[in-house]
Amino acid sequence: MFVLLPNSFGKIAGLLALVASVICLLFISIVFGVMDTTWQTAVEAYTNFSGTNEQLVIKEVRVPRALIAAAVGASLGMVGVLMQTLTRNPLADPGIFGINAGASFFIVLSISFFSVNSLSQFAWIAFLGAAVSGVVVYVLGALGKDGLTPLKLTLAGAAMTALFSSMMHGMLVVNERTLEEVLFWLAGSVAGRKLEFLVSVLPYLAVGWVGTLLISGQLNVLMMGDDVAKGLGQRTALLKVTTGLLIILLAGSSVAVAGPIGFVGLVIPHIARFLVGIDLRWVLLYSAGLGAVLLLGADIAARWITMPDELPLGVMTALIGAPIFVYVARKGLSRQ
Amino acid sequence: MKKYMTFRTSKLPISFLIDRKALLLTLVLALLLFVAVVVSTGLGTMFIAPLDVLSVLFGGGSPGDQLVVLNLRLPRILVALLVGIGLGVSGAIMQSLIRNPLASPDIIGITGGASVAAVAFFTMVEGVSIHYVPFAAIVGAAIVTLLIYVLAWKNGVTPLRLVLVGVGIGAAMSALTTLLIVTAPIQLTARSMIWLSGTVYGSSWQNVWTLLPWTLVFVPLSIIFARSINAQQLGDEVATGIGNPVHRHRFLLLMFCVALAGSAVAVGGAIGFVGLLAPHIARKLVGSALGALIPAAALCGGLLVVLADLIGRMAFAPLDVPAGIFTAAIGAPFFIFLLYKHRNR
Repeated sequence: MFVLLPNSFGKIAGLLALVASVICLLFISIVFGVMDTTWQTAVEAYTNFSGTNEQLVIKEVRVPRALIAAAVGASLGMVGVLMQTLTRNPLADPGIFGINAGASFFIVLSISFFSVNSLSQFAWIAFLGAAVSGVVVYVLGALGKDGLTPLKLTLAGAAMTALFSSMMHGMLVVNERTLEEVLFWLAGSVAGRKLEFLVSVLPYLAVGWVGTLLISGQLNVLMMGDDVAKGLGQRTALLKVTTGLLIILLAGSSVAVAGPIGFVGLVIPHIARFLVGIDLRWVLLYSAGLGAVLLLGADIAARWITMPDELPLGVMTALIGAPIFVYVARKGLSRQ
Repeated sequence: MKKYMTFRTSKLPISFLIDRKALLLTLVLALLLFVAVVVSTGLGTMFIAPLDVLSVLFGGGSPGDQLVVLNLRLPRILVALLVGIGLGVSGAIMQSLIRNPLASPDIIGITGGASVAAVAFFTMVEGVSIHYVPFAAIVGAAIVTLLIYVLAWKNGVTPLRLVLVGVGIGAAMSALTTLLIVTAPIQLTARSMIWLSGTVYGSSWQNVWTLLPWTLVFVPLSIIFARSINAQQLGDEVATGIGNPVHRHRFLLLMFCVALAGSAVAVGGAIGFVGLLAPHIARKLVGSALGALIPAAALCGGLLVVLADLIGRMAFAPLDVPAGIFTAAIGAPFFIFLLYKHRNR
């Protein structure tokens, strides 16, 4: 397999470059938009706040949005690696495997029937939805003597997505008030999100990030196959459950904050593996960075393409991701 | 041993072996469907006895009954029937083509293509009659299917690649649908949402006439080409060996699927899982030989959508709940059951 950065010096340099581009994109995302602002205004908004419109836009709209895009992007990139490792399926992604649809359905359900609208509750509801559909899809995909086959997993994911989205459409038809409230959120977007959104899920995200990096070495062993991992004394069942929980934590928080954003988890790990090879410790770090870069970039592009309107972020990522999905489906599976 | 009747003609290159038990069951299904249509036509805010419905159908009945039956209820129920037939048959073809009991037009992205085109029509085209939606939807379904087919092609199309590429393209299509809905004005949004949840609410005779030709042309064609699928089910090598043009016929049948599913989706919206359920029920009844399966799947599909629509109208009256929700509520658990049952394949 071709690896762009084979030695660790290159990997560290690449990682630093990645961090630098995340910071760069954060700044661009903060400064650039319908209302043009300058670097000075952005800095003064925090050092010398005088309450001008520009400063307010930066503090209330741009900074939260940029930070959320970065955090969600990093999480989705990591989720993709975890899912692809756990299911041994190069097509795994929270969107394809029904996790996004499950979390969205539960959130719409709670808004329309139980009038839930507090942010911290959203996160728990999203975890519940992600867990329910994730477990169902995994179990359905793993049934039978062949274990997890890509076909079974993908079909199970597609079916759960169809089920949840049809029930969600039904609820939205019956209840038009909810429709207006959740429509833009449902398309996946970081626009108009307040900083409190991010703050309320940050603890879960932090646990997810740290946990993922902590188990990455163990996952390297698991990748060699269950039998080998068991032979080396690894508690594979425990590791798999932990991985599952981390997936739910990261994917659920992402949906709660930004709505269902598809294809990031699919695309990013492939790019990361192309850059640094198969060592999951590196792949995870790179995926986090690349995910943040992708979402920040997509969000800037979503604002720019149809200025002064904007496209939902989830649509942007799907349009970038679908061709790559098809490419992986053609290449990746024919090798197996 | 099954008892068969043979049907041959020297004029046309067609011959059939007809399984008597399957024929009998198909007739029973047709009768059930007829009863369902008549009873469903009678039920609603104003109850009309089945006999009165029948007399209206044969040209009699009171003027009030005539108005309600002919203008309000019958077109809707006939549309439900035709939508069900289209989805049932296209599901039967799809499952046999892909040789996977879990495949259906909505899962591999064909209905997704139809949805994009139809929603684009709703939200972007102004001032043109809504009755052109079917054409848009069929074109959308055809383009997307061609796309899936071409992208899955690599020395021929294997069922596995077709499903995987279809799921990916389907996800992209739903993103496009979302994009159209989000950017459109809110009143158009509501209409698209209703349509997306799958309902035959507000169908008129014009919907019936738009849908009917597609059903009348492509269901018989599917039955005629069914022999080719029967051969393909033995595997590509065997089918090629016995002289079946595998890829050409696979493509043709896929296009029949598109025409049937696309026209059904255009008029009925995204009524899910009918294409999955109907062929399975039919297979339980008449076996998996396609000559018998396709008519039976058509009838089962019709029955399913007519009943789902009836429940949607009656159960939460005066709220008109989209039929698609009920088909999904039955279809998804059934799908899970199928995955479980075929876990060792």
